[in-house]
Amino acid sequence: MVVDMAILVSGVVMIAAGIGAVLAKSLLVSIILSGGVSLVASLVFLLMGAPDVAMTEAAIGSGLTTVVFLYAMARSKQADHEDAEANAEAGGQP
Amino acid sequence: MMRKILVLLAVIGFGVAMLPLVLEAGVAEAPGELATAYLEQSPRDFAAANVVTAIVVSYRGFDTLGEVAVLFAATAGVGALLTKKRTETAGAEPERKPGTEILGTATGLLTGLLVMFGVYIFMHGHLTPGGGFQGGVVIATAVLLNLLASPRSRVAHGVMTAVESLSGAAYVALGLLGVVLAAGFLDPRALPLGTLGALASAGAIPLIYSAIGLKVGAELSGILEALKGDRE
Repeated sequence: MVVDMAILVSGVVMIAAGIGAVLAKSLLVSIILSGGVSLVASLVFLLMGAPDVAMTEAAIGSGLTTVVFLYAMARSKQADHEDAEANAEAGGQP
Repeated sequence: MMRKILVLLAVIGFGVAMLPLVLEAGVAEAPGELATAYLEQSPRDFAAANVVTAIVVSYRGFDTLGEVAVLFAATAGVGALLTKKRTETAGAEPERKPGTEILGTATGLLTGLLVMFGVYIFMHGHLTPGGGFQGGVVIATAVLLNLLASPRSRVAHGVMTAVESLSGAAYVALGLLGVVLAAGFLDPRALPLGTLGALASAGAIPLIYSAIGLKVGAELSGILEALKGDRE
């Protein structure tokens, strides 16, 4: 019974974090919230008795994916910056 | 307005399609026929204490080989796409902020422990939860910490390539050994099974999972380094 309650509460937290990730204005907040969804999902897998899946979800879903998204965001900002500089050198045309 | 109605209809459609899944979700009281067969046969067939590993590496071994191949293709793609541009602008070294002292100290303390834990996870894949993929990701986490703490450091590329290709070849070679000495491709009974619960048991499963762990760790480290940006 306690396990069922914990799974339900985790589900509510996951839905809230997911909606928050969609609605957030800042990309950084979205990325961190979607990582949080995975972290709670790994807790749910653990409660349902699947430690293998929980381990994978925690390591890949909330750890590695978040980092890959953060790196990708940093790189796309860098590319934007380089494009703006190239435009400025070409004569200020946007 | 039209668009909103269409989106709403699509969402409702998905909801209706998923409803049977939601209603039938839950923990099953007793394992099904196939699961019962696996639970009863895997300790006898392969002497693997962890049934999940017995399924992943032996009964469904070919799927796992496919997963490893997919991961390899993804790594190759990321490397090919993200390495090219940097060679053009290799002259301009971008300014990078070094990691904070807290991160640096914690990295120094944790790197060894994380690598050891990753190796533990994939070597004990046939005994405890976890296996090659999980252990490999833990090792990649150690590499990630080092990349974050000192952004100028590089992954030893030749070593990673060697580890990756050798462990991939070892995986296929162990599979082929099963053709010669046991029932078929990827049959772990090519090596002696040993006693249930010992570290050196379950035939070739610990060796196969070690190869997968090293391969996954090297590949994910490669992806992280390619994404970091200044690879040459």
